[in-house]
Amino acid sequence: MNVFDYFGLLINDYTIRTISMGTVIMGIVCGILGSFAVLRRQSLLGDAVSHASLPGIAIAFLITGSKEPLVLFIGAALSGLIGTLWIMGIASKTHLKPDTALGIILSVFFGFGMLLLTLIQKMPNANQAGLDKFLFGQAATLIVKDVYLLAAAGGISVAIVIIFHKEFKILSFDPQYAKTLGFNITLLDIVLTSLIVIAIVIGLQTVGVVLMSAMLLAPAAAARQWTNRLGTMIILSALFGAFSGLAGTAVSASMSNLSTGPVIVLIASVLVLLSFLFAPDRGLIIRLFRHWKNRNFLKNEFSAN
Amino acid sequence: MAVTVDDLTVAYKYKPVLWDIDLDVPEGIMMAIVGPNGAGKSTLIKAILDIVKPVAGTITIYGKPYRKNRSLVAYVPQKGSVDWDFPTTSLDVVLMGTYGQLGWIRRPGFIEKKAALEALEKVGMLEYRSRQISQLSGGQQQRIFLARALVHNAMVYFMDEPFQGVDATTEAAIVNILKELRKDGKTLVVVHHDLQTVPEYFDWVTFLNVKKVATGPVGEFFNDNYLALTYGSGFKGVMQKKEI
Repeated sequence: MNVFDYFGLLINDYTIRTISMGTVIMGIVCGILGSFAVLRRQSLLGDAVSHASLPGIAIAFLITGSKEPLVLFIGAALSGLIGTLWIMGIASKTHLKPDTALGIILSVFFGFGMLLLTLIQKMPNANQAGLDKFLFGQAATLIVKDVYLLAAAGGISVAIVIIFHKEFKILSFDPQYAKTLGFNITLLDIVLTSLIVIAIVIGLQTVGVVLMSAMLLAPAAAARQWTNRLGTMIILSALFGAFSGLAGTAVSASMSNLSTGPVIVLIASVLVLLSFLFAPDRGLIIRLFRHWKNRNFLKNEFSAN
Repeated sequence: MAVTVDDLTVAYKYKPVLWDIDLDVPEGIMMAIVGPNGAGKSTLIKAILDIVKPVAGTITIYGKPYRKNRSLVAYVPQKGSVDWDFPTTSLDVVLMGTYGQLGWIRRPGFIEKKAALEALEKVGMLEYRSRQISQLSGGQQQRIFLARALVHNAMVYFMDEPFQGVDATTEAAIVNILKELRKDGKTLVVVHHDLQTVPEYFDWVTFLNVKKVATGPVGEFFNDNYLALTYGSGFKGVMQKKEI
């Protein structure tokens, strides 16, 4: 099957349509919330939450014995949040810097999660298979019910971002000033951070724990290169995320044995690379060209005099 | 009184940053807050504006707590407190000054835009309204912050080092705007670093070094005695230098 066949199947094939819808929704939500993560310098949050969510997935399964996406998502979100709070606590209560705290907590949670996964694998229970798919994600496991869940969580997140666009903008740009105007920035911060956590968690099934932070950050980093407006950046970032999801699914469906998550992340990364090189104004090439032109101009001015 | 501060104490962790401050700011004055680094000048403003939570003390703006009289107050933070590479334009930053009056969810409309453009014109930045803010010079960024405060149409203005890193032309322009505001009966409280210009720009001065050293009219209080009390006895005052 080649990529063109894929687009035929997108219309005709139920499974491929379901998977594609899931990856596209995931891309849009990550693109939108990732914009705020990038602008608020919360990039590392993505890494922390995703790695720290692994033990939550395992524990949720151990307690309930179910692999219902909603159950696993709640476990992932809770344990991701606990890990994040722990990192913030260590950074504020000790002399350790946030990056050190992040390194420690991320590894501890991830290690603990792996340990639990190994334990679960050894349990005499036919139901356990597939949990390790959360490591690198497996889009092929997406079923219609998952897509509904993605759409609901994503739709709510997007609606909140649209309604509170003004508030999130001023929170991201100048939180102290926002506070003097009477906005409850603690509440806004909690809401926005929770939305970012939701974006990460709903991507786990597709992209996996290890690659999730790239999915959150890459579309936003690429979008930032093309525009100087927050609204435009968010929309572009959502489009880049959606494109990565769709194209990643297409490529992986066209070539057997290529897992979807890594391909989606790679495509998003290619978008970042292209944006860094070719964006007008902020792109590397236009900047080098401008530099060269200015030098030549000055050189000519001097030689003329 | 435009602002009254009673027994204000602020501490970060264990170390007090401000200790038992009493301060009255009469209406319609232009007050400089001076003091060495770490004296708590910015913290004083932040405590008045409810950004920093004090350990003790009460603060009122026109007789009411800040929460109740927010609309009377405008704040110009230090320029370095934000990331100027944020994807937004000059006009958009100035529009943020209207967010307080708009409240939750409502977006700025025609009236707000008109007010923002007027504020931009007042600070001489109208032609830069569509510029991305990272493309502005330091002085222009400071003017944008000033315009964002002007759009409030407040009674009391708190400014944290508005002359930091701006050139002489911009400084003169900002001083003119401040004096205009005072002429309209507004009250200004400004954290200021350049002692030389205090008598020229301001009519009141507060000396601060964790504790309040003194406060009063510049003519009476801005002298070597208080400067030495604030900055340490080895301090060779500005006033002496001027006499040479």
